[in-house]
Amino acid sequence: MTALVARGLTKRYGEHAAVDALDLTVERGELFGFLGPNGAGKTTTIRMALGLVFPTQGEVELLGEPVTRDRAPLARVGALVEEPAFWPYLSGRRNLEYVACAGRDRAENRRRLGRVDETLAVVGLTAAAGKRVKAYSQGMRQRLGLAQALVGAPDLLMLDEPTNGLDPTGMREMRLLLRRLADEGITIFVSSHLLSEVEAMCDRVGVMASGRLVAEGPPGSLRGAADRVRVEVDDLARARAAALALPGVAVDTDGPSQGAGSLTISLDGVAPADLNAALVAAGVRVAALAPHRDTLEDVFLHLVEGADVPR
Amino acid sequence: MFRVELLKAARRWRTWLLAAAIGGIPVVIVFAIRVSPPQPGVAEDAPPFLFQIATNGLYAALTALAVVQPFFLPLATGLFAGDAIAGEAQGGTLRYLLLRPVGRTRLVLSKYASAITLLGVLVAVTIVSGVVAGAVVFGLGPMPTLSGTSLSVGEGLVRIVGSGVYMVLALSGLASIGLLISTRTDSGPGATVATIVIAIASQILGQIPSLDVIHAYLPTYGWMGFTGLFRFPVDWDQMRGGLLISAAYTAVCLGSALWGFRRRDVTA
Repeated sequence: MTALVARGLTKRYGEHAAVDALDLTVERGELFGFLGPNGAGKTTTIRMALGLVFPTQGEVELLGEPVTRDRAPLARVGALVEEPAFWPYLSGRRNLEYVACAGRDRAENRRRLGRVDETLAVVGLTAAAGKRVKAYSQGMRQRLGLAQALVGAPDLLMLDEPTNGLDPTGMREMRLLLRRLADEGITIFVSSHLLSEVEAMCDRVGVMASGRLVAEGPPGSLRGAADRVRVEVDDLARARAAALALPGVAVDTDGPSQGAGSLTISLDGVAPADLNAALVAAGVRVAALAPHRDTLEDVFLHLVEGADVPR
Repeated sequence: MFRVELLKAARRWRTWLLAAAIGGIPVVIVFAIRVSPPQPGVAEDAPPFLFQIATNGLYAALTALAVVQPFFLPLATGLFAGDAIAGEAQGGTLRYLLLRPVGRTRLVLSKYASAITLLGVLVAVTIVSGVVAGAVVFGLGPMPTLSGTSLSVGEGLVRIVGSGVYMVLALSGLASIGLLISTRTDSGPGATVATIVIAIASQILGQIPSLDVIHAYLPTYGWMGFTGLFRFPVDWDQMRGGLLISAAYTAVCLGSALWGFRRRDVTA
């Protein structure tokens, strides 16, 4: 069962393709991170999936149903698109209530109204629910936006940069809340330009750059295998010589080559323990030996540059 | 959605300010005439029925209707219809309404219906305030018609209410123009002002005699036609024309608003 499927999804504004033949599948139950720099086409993709913007070409499905001009299967979807938005002259609770009962189906309106208090409690806004939204802080608005997305008890949450404008504590709370919701079985599609954030919570990540999907997989897989180690030694020159004596091993040449310091060594199949033994046998004192992985930032910049962003 | 619109309007200060301003107009008129009765023939550009107020309070309501029509009601139409979609787009709430989901057709029709309803409320406020203020200060009596016959108090009230109904119907054309503008821009104040400017321009053009040929096609054509209800026999000509042109504008503009809005990308 799929939560979201895009096939050849394209949105062109004149000559410029904001989204360019995007193919993407998100399964039910996933916490999917949609990564990309600003302007990569993430928001346009989300807007097309939600039926706000119509594709130039291609198609998109939500929860197994096609999104068309006349219909988007939105009753079971909760969403936050760019910033949350409210009627500032109404209280937080009234904002939720008015949107809840704007639907056509009265039974559904009543069901949503009945969930307002519970949802306000989930996002921690019970105490401030009676205040006008005008007086809300950025963090409170963000949480109210999430409450609005959650009030229908959706099967799928589509959140566009939900931690925007939050302080580090707020970001962490948002991540924990999303993780908890995902563990309860809600599929979550969350976009972000912050790699650390996506890495910390997502099951799977898609990376977008200039309208195309340039990578997809578990956050760890994007970085490639951990085939490199970083060693801290008392004698760099001797350590380098000892390491290079092993078959296939290469040593990064950046940094100082004399005295104490650290080295990054590509093992190419040699076990880290064997490297350690060889260093010790050569009389090198090893203070630390740890697997070295590219940061997601490195991978990300590499992918994004590889996509040749036209500016 | 229609109910939500009315609830939202009821919780906005500007709705109440507008109602208070419009409801205050008859009171001001009655007070002014009580303090300093106008001399017939002095002010030729005075609103219709102004001189009769001192003889019969019912005329206070009619005068007030004639006074609010050229500017206050277009202003209200701009706020209710012009701001309807564009204001939600500007605030960002439009996308959340569409995501609820509220169908685009239903959203536009609900906005139109609530704009007309709110205009009806404002006109009702004018009438009630005018009748009450006029009754308190000058008392009510049979109304002599402009043609010399006379209407009983009850009959007069019925025709005043009829005037109000006609005014709202005659405004529906302008409201549909406002709504059309509203679906084509993401600036609420822009759409509001554009609607008011169209109403004022249309009234100015309607007063230029050499533009006679286009008068019957202006969205404000026949706005003062309700005065025909106070002739004997009732003069339906202008009202028929006013209703017809309003219906035509509504059909074209509302249709065009729906057609365009259903196909439009919502990027606000």
